[in-house]
Amino acid sequence: MTKNRKMQNSHHGRRRSWTLIAVPYLWLSIFFLLPFLIVLKISFSEQVLSIPPYAPQMDWSAGWDGFKAMVSHWSLDNYLWLTEDELYLSAYLSSLKIAAIATILTLLIGYPMAYSMAKAPKGLQPLLLVMVILPFWTSFLIRVYAWIGILKNEGLLNQFLQMLGVIDEPLIILNTNIAVYIGIVYSYLPFMVLPLYATLEKLDNTLIEASQDLGCPPSKTFWRVTFPLSKPGIIAGCFLVFIPAVGEFVIPDILGGSETLMIGKTLWVEFFSNRDWPLASAVAVVLLVILIIPILLFQRHQRKSGEVLT
Amino acid sequence: MKALKKDWFSITSLVLGFSFLYLPIVILVVFSFNSSKLVTVWGGFSTKWYSALLHNEQLLSAVYITLRIGLVSASIATVLGTMAALVLAGRGRFMGRTLFSGMIYAPLVMPEIILGLSMLLLFVAVDQARGFWTITIAHTSFTMCYVAVVVQSRLAMFDQSLEEAARDLGCPPLKAFFVITLPQILPGVLAGWMLAFTLSLDDLVIASFTSGPGATTLPMAIYSQVRRGVTPEINAICTIMITAVTLGVITISLLNKQAHTKKQSSATIRAGS
Repeated sequence: MTKNRKMQNSHHGRRRSWTLIAVPYLWLSIFFLLPFLIVLKISFSEQVLSIPPYAPQMDWSAGWDGFKAMVSHWSLDNYLWLTEDELYLSAYLSSLKIAAIATILTLLIGYPMAYSMAKAPKGLQPLLLVMVILPFWTSFLIRVYAWIGILKNEGLLNQFLQMLGVIDEPLIILNTNIAVYIGIVYSYLPFMVLPLYATLEKLDNTLIEASQDLGCPPSKTFWRVTFPLSKPGIIAGCFLVFIPAVGEFVIPDILGGSETLMIGKTLWVEFFSNRDWPLASAVAVVLLVILIIPILLFQRHQRKSGEVLT
Repeated sequence: MKALKKDWFSITSLVLGFSFLYLPIVILVVFSFNSSKLVTVWGGFSTKWYSALLHNEQLLSAVYITLRIGLVSASIATVLGTMAALVLAGRGRFMGRTLFSGMIYAPLVMPEIILGLSMLLLFVAVDQARGFWTITIAHTSFTMCYVAVVVQSRLAMFDQSLEEAARDLGCPPLKAFFVITLPQILPGVLAGWMLAFTLSLDDLVIASFTSGPGATTLPMAIYSQVRRGVTPEINAICTIMITAVTLGVITISLLNKQAHTKKQSSATIRAGS
């Protein structure tokens, strides 16, 4: 029946929506798609001491010939450099590793929370939901900054542990990878809890009851019924944490130390300190190529499972 | 007995989880009232850091710029994002629909550093002087995608046959939108605006790339101070921001709740369950 209505209205809908489609489409094409093409273009250029600091430039007055001249000067040197210098390869790998470990940690902390929220009395659930969302609305930078005072050598965590007598020497956490893990888990926890809660809350309770009525112990019921059924939420949550975490800059920069190698930071340094825009562009292109696979997988997953995100 | 055990698990994980989420923020707020300059040693209650803020010209001008960028970009992003949501929720097929939805969803997960870099290179390519407007455009572009997603989820709840009925009775499309659809999705649109506004206030990376001389936003100012060390003054400004955002979120969620109860009553009538 819905299909029928769809057919009836299609000519109707198409006519009215031309301007509706055109405006956001044009905006996103100019400010989202086009910039990527420019990044791609500049990644084939080389660094020069001028403004803007890359060459060759497109000679617009020469038209098509200008374009051809520019293309003929393009080179893959930046990409070759990325493969030759070990720094970049290890930065990519270490970003993926840090993001993966942080994602698993977030899942381990987020799952019990989401599960308990879904089990909580119905009247309490909206409040719990707001409580999960609220930190997400608070500034990311502030939330990361808040951890400095806690994790410092003379910080609150060390003061607390020393007061309890658990440790004699302060633990060195700030400016290590552990601080980065804490920062990522903390910042991205709502992204994990929300889709998990959404699937767990919708879960058909009769299945769990049936399993228990048939004599299945609770832990087995969880692993055989609840957990597999919550998979869409797990997948969505993991993607939502993993993808942005790979390119994270603020957390490794503020909480990490010299041992923390993440590609977002490398790109930032390349761009702002070394002013090598072409190389920074190449770093970005490769990062995008690495991320495009999980992004596409995520989009397909979202389309299939509807609105886990919101 | 069994139920009790399970409850303990739930209570423990919720208490631990929420303490983890809130403790750092609470500590930050508490230490903004610390009279000692050392951020981690309590030296008595004082509001001197708040009065110090009032004399920090640099920070105040950063606040002013940030708010302006936030207001302008969130408003444009709400219009564009709502349009995009209507397109996404609409049934019309058009060329490049996949590309369109890709351009909506990709910025949600794309690392900010790539968005910022690409945006800057666009402005450089067209030789646009950087400042207030470049940050505003950049913020509009990435926040409109969030607005689109939020509004779209509202639209999914809304019975579109109402608008179609109006159209069939000869109501012009724009009027049908403003009279029928917009009031229905308004909570979503407001939430979208709010989200766009806070994302804009919050953004450090994209603003750092697209900003020019004289356009230092608050996160940029905080960031450069954080790199020099932790001070109670930053705690104070953070506390003010947290308070403002919390009040905003509570307002929005109350608005949403109001609309929700209204909707629920009409939904129960319709569904009859």
